[in-house]
Parts: sequence; C-alpha cells; structure tokens
Amino acid sequence: MDLRFSKEDEDFRQEVRTFINENLPADIRERSRLGYGARKEDTVAWQRILNKKGWAAYSWPVEYGGPGWSPTQRMIFQEEIMMGNAPEVLGFNITMIGPVLMQFATQEQKDYFLPRARNLDDWWCQGFSEPGAGSDLASLKTAAVRDGDEYVVNGQKIWTSTAHNADWCFVLVRTDPHAKKRQEGISFILVDMKTPGITVRPIISIDGSHHLNEVFFDNVRVPVKNRIYEENRGWDVAKFLLGNERTGIARLGKSKERLAYAKELAREVQQHGRPLIEDPAFRRRAAQIEVDLKALELTQLRVVSAKKKEAGKPDPFSSILKIKGTELLQETSEFVMDVGGPLAMPGWAKELAAMSNQPPYGPDWAPAMAGPYLMLRAASIYGGTNEIQKNILTKAVLGL
Amino acid sequence: MDFELSEDQRLLKDSISRLLSDNYGFAARRGYMAEANGYSAKLWEQYAELGLLGLPIDEKYGGFGGGPVDVMLVMEEFGRVMALEPFLASVVLGATAVKLAGSESQKSMILPAVAAGQVKLAFAHGEQQARHDMTDVLTTAKKDGNAWVLDGAKSVVLHGDCADKLVVSARTSGGRRDAGGLTLFLVDGSASGLARRGYALRDGSRAAEISLTGVKGELLGAVDGGLAVIERVIQAGIAALGAEAVGCMEAMHAMTLDYMKTRQQFGKAIGQNQVMQHKAADMLIAMEQGRSMAMLAAMMVDEEDAEERAHHISLAKVGVGQAGRHVSQSAVQMHGGIGMTEEYAVGHYFRRVMTFEHLWGDTSFHLGLIADKVA
Repeated sequence: MDLRFSKEDEDFRQEVRTFINENLPADIRERSRLGYGARKEDTVAWQRILNKKGWAAYSWPVEYGGPGWSPTQRMIFQEEIMMGNAPEVLGFNITMIGPVLMQFATQEQKDYFLPRARNLDDWWCQGFSEPGAGSDLASLKTAAVRDGDEYVVNGQKIWTSTAHNADWCFVLVRTDPHAKKRQEGISFILVDMKTPGITVRPIISIDGSHHLNEVFFDNVRVPVKNRIYEENRGWDVAKFLLGNERTGIARLGKSKERLAYAKELAREVQQHGRPLIEDPAFRRRAAQIEVDLKALELTQLRVVSAKKKEAGKPDPFSSILKIKGTELLQETSEFVMDVGGPLAMPGWAKELAAMSNQPPYGPDWAPAMAGPYLMLRAASIYGGTNEIQKNILTKAVLGL
Repeated sequence: MDFELSEDQRLLKDSISRLLSDNYGFAARRGYMAEANGYSAKLWEQYAELGLLGLPIDEKYGGFGGGPVDVMLVMEEFGRVMALEPFLASVVLGATAVKLAGSESQKSMILPAVAAGQVKLAFAHGEQQARHDMTDVLTTAKKDGNAWVLDGAKSVVLHGDCADKLVVSARTSGGRRDAGGLTLFLVDGSASGLARRGYALRDGSRAAEISLTGVKGELLGAVDGGLAVIERVIQAGIAALGAEAVGCMEAMHAMTLDYMKTRQQFGKAIGQNQVMQHKAADMLIAMEQGRSMAMLAAMMVDEEDAEERAHHISLAKVGVGQAGRHVSQSAVQMHGGIGMTEEYAVGHYFRRVMTFEHLWGDTSFHLGLIADKVA
C-alpha cells in the first residue's frame, strides 16, 4: 500500500498544468476565477484547444480519439482543469453520450457522432427528467410512436441544462406504454434540436442565470436510425450512462480552487482593521474545509484505485463521492460569498451597470460571489439527489 | 498510488483476525479485564509467538521490520474487538521512542525483549496541568554525578501500571512550556521512588498516574533534544489509535446494521424505515471518510518533513475524531435503549472511540493547529 502518487503521475500533473498555463486564454481564466460561469463560446474554444492536443475526450480510449489515460490520470487532468480555472469539458459530450455511443451505437453512428462530440461541433444535452419524473426517472411519459422509418415524439422534458445551446439531445422516450414494468418500454433516441416541433423555454435559476430549460416536443419526427440500442431497451442505456465515470462527480479540484480563492480574497478584505484571514473564526472554518477536502481526496483515490481493477462496473462508493463532493462545493462557494459580506449582495446591479455603461459598483470580485453559491444549491439535487445516493448506498452497500 | 495490501500484509491481517475472533468474544473480554493487569496474559504470549510484538521493530533487533501500514492493519483488527493488551503502549509508543532516541546498546538491549513480549514499555509524558500541550512538562531531571534523578508526576500513562520500563520525559532546562530543554529517560518500573496508581479508563483499558521522587533514570537520546522524539512518538500513536478507532467504527456499524435487520417495531424491521436507512448511510460515509484519514495518518508517520508530517497528522486526527463521534453517537441512538446498557457491546465501543478522541490533542485542539497555519 502506497498512497503517494508515482513519479509518472506527478510528471503528468505538471505537463497538464503547464499546458493549461500556456494555452488557456487569460480572459476565460479570469472570468472563471471571479465566479462567472463559462460562456458557451469559452467552453467551445477551450474544448477545441484541448481536442487539438488530443485531450478533449480525456476519458476515451485511443481508438475513439481519446488519450487512453488511466483512471488516475483522468482524475489528475480534471483536477488540474478545475484548479487552473479552465472551463470543464462538456460532460454531455465526453462522459455521457460518448461512452454510450462507444458501447451501444452502430459503426455508422460512431463514425459520425464521436469526432463531432469530441470537437464540440455538436453541443449535446440530456432529455431525461420530466415534470412527473425527477428522482423517479422510470415514470417518464414522453411518447414516441412508430410511423414508418420515424418516431413521432410528443411530450415534455424539464431541467434540461444548456438545451438552448444544444445541437443534439439524447432523449428517453416511452415506446411501449403497455410494458409490464415501467423500466421496460423505454427507448434511447438522438434528436436534432433543429427538428420542427421542438420548443425550448428558459427556466431562470435562483442565481438569475439561464442554465435550465423546458423542452417541448410537439409531433417531432425522429428517424428510427437515430435510436441507440434496441427498441424498449433504453433503460439499459440510461443505467449505463448514469453509472459511467462517476468518480469525477466530486469535482474536488473546484472545491480546492474555491478554498484557495476565499483565502486569497480574505488577505485583501479587512475587518476590525486587520485582514479577514487573521480572524480566528475564518481560520477555523478554513481548517475544517481543509480536513474535509483531504478526507474526500483520499476516499476518491481509493475509489479510483479500485476502479483500475474492476473497469466498467459502477462503484456504489461513488455515491459517497457525490454526496461529500457536492457538500464541499456548496460549503466552499458559501465560504467565498461570506468573505464578500454585504458587497456580495448587490447582484442585480451588475446587469444595471452593464446596461447604463456605469463603472462597476465595487471591487471586481464582488458581483459574481453569490451566484455560484445560489446555483450550487442544485449540486445536491442533480445527478441523483443526495437522498437518492443514500438510497443507493442503503441497497448496494448496506444490504438493507 | 496503490491501496492494495501485499501478500504478507494480507496474511498478517488474516492471522490476527482469526486469532482475535477465536479469543475475543465480548464475554471473554470481560474475563481479560478482570485479570491482574487488565488484559489477557495468554494472548499477549500468543501475540509474541506470532511475531506481532516485533511488528514495527527492525529485523536486526529481532523484529518483523514492518511499517506504519502494518501497524494500521493490526490496530484496526484490535479495534474490532477492543483488545486490551498493551500493544500500543509498548510496541508502538515505547519501542518508537527507543528506536528513535536510543543508543545502539539500548536498542539491542530493549527492542528484542519488547519483540519477545518479555519487556513491556510505557510512554510517560503527559502531565495533569498540560492538557494537550506537549511542551508543558514540569517533571525535572537533574544530574547527580553520573546519574540522572527525576522528580515530578505523569498522568494518564497508558499501561503505565504494568510496564517494566517507562520512557519518561523530563525538563533538563528552560521554563514550564519551553520547547527546548526536554529530555527522555528510561526508568525501571521497580525503581525506588517511583509510585504508580493504576486504573481503568472509561473504555476499560488500563492506565496510571505515576509519581517520581528522586528516581534514577537512564538518559535516552540527547539532553534537551527530547521534543522531536516525543512528537514522533505521539504521531505514531495517533496513527495507530486512529486505525483502532476505524476498527471500532466497523464493529459499531456492523452491529447497527444487524440490529436494524432484526429489531421489529410496528410489525416490520426498523431498517425498513428510510430515516433509519439514511442514518446508516451517513454512518457508512463517516466511517469511510475516517478510514481514509487513518490511512493518511499511517502514510505520514514516516514523512521526513516535520512540518508536513505534523500538519497531516492533525488533519487525520480531526477527521478520524469527527468520524468516530458521528458513528458512535449514531450507533447508540439507532440501537435505542439497549445501546445505553453496560451489558451490550456498542456502548463499550463508544467509550473506546471517545477515549481516542481525548488523547494527544482532541478535535478542537488539532483544528486549532490547522487553523494557525491557514495562509
């Protein structure tokens, strides 16, 4: 047993860090550091830079244009991306639809979609959740009725992240309403977002941003050849997708970066005539976060290292990573916001200022402090709520 | 990075696990507590025969030449049964002090005897006024001709009541809390002027208050150079005890799951209630995070950079301490009334973990050390 990284892994980390330093455009880095989410064009530009280097599809094998990295290298890569304030590669493309295509698609589908997903020529989104099917995904109702070579799709999806940016959507639809079990009778289809009959309606989040959407399907015609895997076996595909590459879900690098940022700002911000970083309560909170980060880091290393031995099998322990990882994302974003104090509150002023060409109301770090805190309340809801993760642990690990 | 056990480590773990599960039922443990020294003399011999008592001792001194990870594996197994024997006191704390500070002749005299189980060591450092401050030492040592004479008192000395030799810290220069001026000595358990008052700690393991009045001591290591050794001994102790706490957590978690499956209320097993299931999942998460931190501690015991080592041991102490508190409090709560009773094991594990948290800097103390370094 040796918990230290090998020399090769340390060298790899340095290589990734150097590449990010030398190739990430400064304005993209700065926006991320200040707490603004990556814009669509930032994500596209950066993913194409990575793709040129052969790194965009960081979790893919070489035969599909990935770098063929080990689980440890993938973990290091993601961590460096987040700690370096680079946009994360688009998960819909790389860790969701990509592996599904590799596992289930026809050669023709693979040849067309995989290179485009890698280079972000297509922006993918995920059409899973519905108004009546959240954590209970199998109760979805959006219907696809066969009509010759096409399915006619009717229904509604919700919480569809970045659907307004998307070129394609992978959608779970009900193809057999009479199936005995709800999990049967579902199919997994690929829908071109330009198809007539699709309406995307924004849902503005509590941080004021447009990230989520409702997507309406009104007699949308989808070629049968855009179905992945067998008809009525889409649940198998969905399970594969959701069980795949879950170790990245902790987003540990982001929390580490946010803690460093909070401390950096706390050296600048003053209270009682001293830098906030000298305040004992601040220091104790930072210390507790450091403890929790270290524990999660070790647990993540254990899960990644076990994964080396048993590839392709979802590890229920990744539910621990999801729960603790999202708790830390929430805690660190809250910590950053709290450093700002009252200056973190005038969020809407940013938009007013932009409209009237007035100078910003305060320091450049202030306006985007509360946004990530607000948005990350979703972290314990998306990707299977943290309560669902506990149900998974209950069944898969505890045997209750 | 590799979390796999070597073949030797697997064998070690299995053989201890077998020995303990054959001999350390809850009722048997009660019998051992009633023995003269508060532990099983017979099992102590068996540990020696297995080579366990020489585990972290170099092969040239009759040991097994194992490292902190081996100690971690053994301590975890001890934790599962709440073993009472003075392995930690003698083989981890005492032997580490001798290994780090002893002269060649001291090492070749003492370590083989420790490995054989013939000599038991104890580490007598803490004092009543010191709380968790490891520099706060009032016990003095003064030179008298060629000999050193010690005066003072040591507190909560683990297995100090039965130790054949004690490693005692004393002030040879400087004021009460000076980091310099601390020196280690070997003191014979039967030395004249040494008095000990043994007692059981809350968890049933043995410790003692020790008073020293004009006691002759043998210099162990450099005069005024004791603190660096004391730190490392305590760090090794934190790592070992952290692994033991993980073993206790495993036992409590398993007992709780078992209870949830069998205890019926309102016509069904209480484990069918989601509120109970989520509490059990939370216990699992805390236990695994605690285990990660115990692994971290084991890994850092041998770290050469003193500051890095101390910092990571503090992180681990807080992590294991908080996990232990969560798991043990949940275990009692989820058992309900039976968890409150002396006749049921869960409360004993609870007290073992509680004891761990209060030795060598509690959670708040180590969190404070980490906070001091925030930059």
